Amino acid sequence: MSGLALRVIPCLDIDGGRVVKGRSFAELRDAGDPVELASRYEAEGADELAILDISATVEGRKTALGVLRSIREAIGLPIVVGGGISSLADAERLLGAGADRVSVNSAAFRDPGLIGELAARFGVQCVVVAVDARRAGGGQPGLGSWELVVEAGRRGTGRDAVGWAREAADRGAGEILLTSIDRDGSGSGYDLELLAAVAAACPLPVVASGGASEPGHFAEGARAGARALLAAGAFHRGELSIGELKAYLSREGLEVRT
Amino acid sequence: MRAARVAVAATGVANLASVLAALRRAGAAAEAVAAPRALAEAELALLPGVGAFGAAASALRARGLDEAFLERWREGRPSLGICLGMQLFFEGSEESPGAAGLGILPGKARRFGPGLPLPQLGWNRLAAGPAGSREAALLEPGWAYFANSYLIGEAPAGSIAYRASYGEDFVAALEAGPLSDGRPALLLCQCHPELSGAWGAALLSRWLAGGKGGSR
Repeated sequence: MSGLALRVIPCLDIDGGRVVKGRSFAELRDAGDPVELASRYEAEGADELAILDISATVEGRKTALGVLRSIREAIGLPIVVGGGISSLADAERLLGAGADRVSVNSAAFRDPGLIGELAARFGVQCVVVAVDARRAGGGQPGLGSWELVVEAGRRGTGRDAVGWAREAADRGAGEILLTSIDRDGSGSGYDLELLAAVAAACPLPVVASGGASEPGHFAEGARAGARALLAAGAFHRGELSIGELKAYLSREGLEVRT
Repeated sequence: MRAARVAVAATGVANLASVLAALRRAGAAAEAVAAPRALAEAELALLPGVGAFGAAASALRARGLDEAFLERWREGRPSLGICLGMQLFFEGSEESPGAAGLGILPGKARRFGPGLPLPQLGWNRLAAGPAGSREAALLEPGWAYFANSYLIGEAPAGSIAYRASYGEDFVAALEAGPLSDGRPALLLCQCHPELSGAWGAALLSRWLAGGKGGSR
């Protein structure tokens, strides 16, 4: 037992200036004002805030940077930002606007050296590698049970997701943000086998993402090996308050910040 | 009531956005300051820090900001150090052998023992220091956010404010060097009060109030 609390992390998917949420990274719907949501989550007891910039345009990215600045001014929690980061300069821009940590995904797969460069420049604590995994269909050789997918879930890589998480750890990542594409937006709970496989293969803290909608899902995620539990839709839609969720986790014997 | 003025040392190696935002939320007039004289004479000063001890110590010296903090200590002007900024007030660190810290407090930072993932990253629960220390003057211990691989194990007698544990005990925050009117000259936090939610905000507010000469 490390003594650190299990973290609950609401995630804001930002497109331009608004929070959106979809299913399996598609079918996006408007879910509210980002600063309002971030402030509400801080008041409810969120331990950290994740911001994923899914803007597809340069203009949208500029707007999202402004949103990050406004959220930074409003809340006193750690902020991790991901989405389209492909260079040290991208990371520096986000850190300057108020991010505490950055999350890299597709660019790290294209250029794995980026992970070590980010760690050398900004420190290991700053570097999160986001691993999006999809259950593999028919036993392709060397693929394992989950395939790493990139480009917001659109492109398969033919690479074993668990092996990639381990490589990211070796290259200097400080944390793995693990999303099940199959479960994302489904509300049917985290992919617990995936979580357990990555937690066992990789010495880093793992953040569970994709599918949690009920308190029980979060407890299961923690028991499968996650050190932090991320969700979006269930919080945005008001189906689940972070305060109630943490009270539940505490009753379940899991240590949370109160 | 006049806003407390805080000079945040611009060392070029720390990210200042979170610290500036937290101070402003607490009602302070906070600015990043790169000039040694302005830093030395500011009402309140803050030394942030991320990255490696040696690089940060060099950056401080190259800008003459080490002298500014030493002068503040001699003159009894309040300073706050956060994370690596706390460790820089000590003599050195195992992280960068040969690199000298400010040496205002005795001792060196050392690496956490083996067995747990490093850095320590996340929320840890603080406990009040040993009996006889001045913890009674501080806030109720709470949860605080940490991101560190090195620790300060011991602080000068009577100065420990809070301890925490990550495989082993370490100093989570301390106050040192009371001024003639009883206010601390140094508040050093291994944790990040600027990222520690309501508890961190309360700690910063308390420090800001002390700096204005107000009561605790």
